[in-house]
Amino acid sequence: MDRSQVSERLTGVLVSELGLDESKIKDDAHFEEDLDVDSLGVVELLMALEDEFDVKIPDEEAESIVTVGQAVDLVHQKLS
Amino acid sequence: MGDSEGRVALVTGGSRGIGRAMARALGASGHRVAVNYTSNEAAAKEVVTEIESGGGRALAFQADVGDETEVKGLFSAVEEAFGAPLVLVNNAGITRDRLLLRMSADDFDRVIETNLRSVFLCTKSALRGMLKARWGRVISIASVAGILGNPGQANYAASKAGMIGFSKSVAKEVGSRGITINVVAPGYIETDLTADLSDEIKRQAVESTSLGRFGQAGEVAGVVDFLASETASYITGQVISVDGGLAL
Repeated sequence: MDRSQVSERLTGVLVSELGLDESKIKDDAHFEEDLDVDSLGVVELLMALEDEFDVKIPDEEAESIVTVGQAVDLVHQKLS
Repeated sequence: MGDSEGRVALVTGGSRGIGRAMARALGASGHRVAVNYTSNEAAAKEVVTEIESGGGRALAFQADVGDETEVKGLFSAVEEAFGAPLVLVNNAGITRDRLLLRMSADDFDRVIETNLRSVFLCTKSALRGMLKARWGRVISIASVAGILGNPGQANYAASKAGMIGFSKSVAKEVGSRGITINVVAPGYIETDLTADLSDEIKRQAVESTSLGRFGQAGEVAGVVDFLASETASYITGQVISVDGGLAL
């Protein structure tokens, strides 16, 4: 799966699981500051991504994720 | 069948004493009960049979809940058999009573590991399913010793007081997701744990309660069953003493 496919599916999860506005979802969008997702919401998102992509995201890696692009990169790297 | 909608309830240390009574009460109110035990398989199977004979559903699961790998295995097994637990009762506990000056570091560590580390490990594992469901109940069984202190139980009291701070913190973290986290603090309850007390200690214990008697395991179980229910939806971060008026 290439990065743009990961990004597309991840956007789908953000819209369906967290109810976000698709037009605001960009690589440099900060979850807490730009998308109004609280810290627990980021944890929930990463859990949903684990299920969506069938990958494991350890707690220590999850902590560094603050933007949409970082989440895409992490999943992309796990899949390749 | 109550309002439990067949939710899965995991009771750690559910084979004996108060844990057994709680597993039975949750089974009677229609939960599918996962009865965790450490070593007493026969007792755990008895609890399962008791619940099933009342028309409920239950299974026994062996695991040392102070061990991270075993807790992961426990949750996988319960999820496979029943689905994710939306009710977690952290009940597993041990005592290693000694005056502090005679207490070894091992006495301290083992009590903290079984009583408090287990609460951390099991609650963390359970929250995943609860967050997805936007519904959950975590009920941890502490003790009046964690509130009042008790000579000879510095390790046990520390583990129980630790549960209280833990539960209040997590209640604040996950409250917005419909998950409640509470603590029940029993006083002197008739169980194997209190059967060994000397007659003199038992007499003093009875005298110190307002109700003038030991409590029954079922009297704790009723409170736990209530906290697990939909009815208790606006109660979180609380410590409910079930002690016959001991701490008055």
